[in-house]
Amino acid sequence: MKLTLRVWRQKSPDVPGAMAAYEVDGISPDMSFLEMLDTLNEELILGGQEPVAFDHDCREGICGACSLVINGDAHGPERTTTCQLHMRSFRDGDTIDVEPWRAAAFPVVKDLVVDRSSFDRIIQAGGYVAVPTGAAPDAHATPVPKPDADFAFEHAECIGCGACVAACPNGSAMLFTSAKVNHLNVLPQGAPERESRVLEMVSTMDDEGFGGCTLAGECATACPKGIPLFSITSMNREFVRAARKRR
Amino acid sequence: MALDTRTDRRPSFAGLLWGSTVGKKTAMAVSGVVMLLYLVAHLLGNLKIFFGAGEFDAYGQWLRTVGEPFLHHEWFLWIARVVLVVCVVTHGVAAYQLSRRDIAARPTGYVHKRRRASYATRTMRWGGVILALFIVWHILDLTTLTVNPRAESGHPYENLVASFDRWYVAAFYIVAMLALGLHIRHGFWSAAQTLGVGSRARDRVLKTVADVLALVLTAGFVSLPVAVLCGWVS
Ligand code: HEM
Ligand code: SF4
Ligand code: FES
Repeated sequence: MKLTLRVWRQKSPDVPGAMAAYEVDGISPDMSFLEMLDTLNEELILGGQEPVAFDHDCREGICGACSLVINGDAHGPERTTTCQLHMRSFRDGDTIDVEPWRAAAFPVVKDLVVDRSSFDRIIQAGGYVAVPTGAAPDAHATPVPKPDADFAFEHAECIGCGACVAACPNGSAMLFTSAKVNHLNVLPQGAPERESRVLEMVSTMDDEGFGGCTLAGECATACPKGIPLFSITSMNREFVRAARKRR
Repeated sequence: MALDTRTDRRPSFAGLLWGSTVGKKTAMAVSGVVMLLYLVAHLLGNLKIFFGAGEFDAYGQWLRTVGEPFLHHEWFLWIARVVLVVCVVTHGVAAYQLSRRDIAARPTGYVHKRRRASYATRTMRWGGVILALFIVWHILDLTTLTVNPRAESGHPYENLVASFDRWYVAAFYIVAMLALGLHIRHGFWSAAQTLGVGSRARDRVLKTVADVLALVLTAGFVSLPVAVLCGWVS
């Protein structure tokens, strides 16, 4: 396959960036999108040019490091992560636009790499359970009803990639935050911090400069892990409940 | 010795809500639903126009006597007005503040543009602005009668017909009611999510109720200027 790529290039956070066009040839339809970018970078390095910086780690769809808005869609045209997107989703001769996640809370570090540490700070505000350390408890020590376990697991699937923020017209982190809140709030292990968790995480989310939710639904459409839009509904319920209890 | 572990003042429930994007949205949802309930009652009252001037004007008179003798003359009407003003102001201020935040949270757009969300969703802000202008005009036109061409207090039927006899006023009302329909279509369903009552199982019901409410309210309110323009009500 022969493709034209238009890629966002930006040297550092405080210099202006621009789209730059590159031709890549000899792309196999079985390559992942990231392998295609590797091919481009090899050519750039051989030609003495600066390679395109982009985030990646596991390359198997579980770590949430890869990003990229491809032709206007977070993680591209398929509902998966960019590392699991294959070039067979494109056609020979296509022009593909590649941009970084765009949000005030995700500033560009370089080229396609953005700083997602705002997500880490939301997690630090309550995305954990306070437990005594020691040997792992027996798996059946704390019974969890099956529907609760399923609900928790559905939300635990969030890999913290930030596609929801990138897709949201308001740069809102509601889907991510709600996935984390719901995952722990429904479990007995998360019960002691049930109220403080949602209040602190929402408050940190606001402080980091993410926008509010207008229920446009773009986040849940973009999410590679299928976190449902109703996750936000559940967090809204948790928030009002916690605000009432914590007076 | 036991020390106080917490000496700072806890924020009030209202303060906690208004200080966060999630809580501010709750205030919008509650005020929106109150306005929506009012609109249903308002429409049912307005449709009495089709039974003639006598019944419509009598209905207007009755509104002033609701709750008597417990309430003084017109008190019910004033209570309703105060509640509505509080709702409109809360809703509008929250909409403005949240919108400013939302725009600031996406300072750089994407080069590769594509349509996002549905038409009703994308027009909530400008539709809301049209509604705000409409509310101001509507009060000056038919409540205070400041801009009404006939302006005879106690004769709402005649005032209404005189107002809608001007095609541009009727046209503005119709545009505003279309904006209202779109606003309710996304707004009712949104409010259910904001208030935490939405779910996968209830989604179809909520979306259907939103569509029916939007359609009935828009068609109902639009029928008034249309009837005047066509001469069915004169
Ligand atoms: C003063 C004029 C108005 C303005 C500026 C305004 C603006 C807005 C905005 C910006 C939103 C949020 C949109 C979104 O989340 O995408 C909204 C939501 C809403 N509006 Fe209005 N609106 C106005 C009047 C009304 C009226 C008259 C009603 C009554 C039917 C209403 C009912 C609602 C409802 C139910 C919501 C949903 C709240 C939620 O998302 O939880 N609004 N409005
Ligand atoms: S909710 Fe989905 S899109 Fe958002 S961070 Fe989690 S996995 Fe990524
Ligand atoms: S690189 Fe780990 S999810 Fe894509």
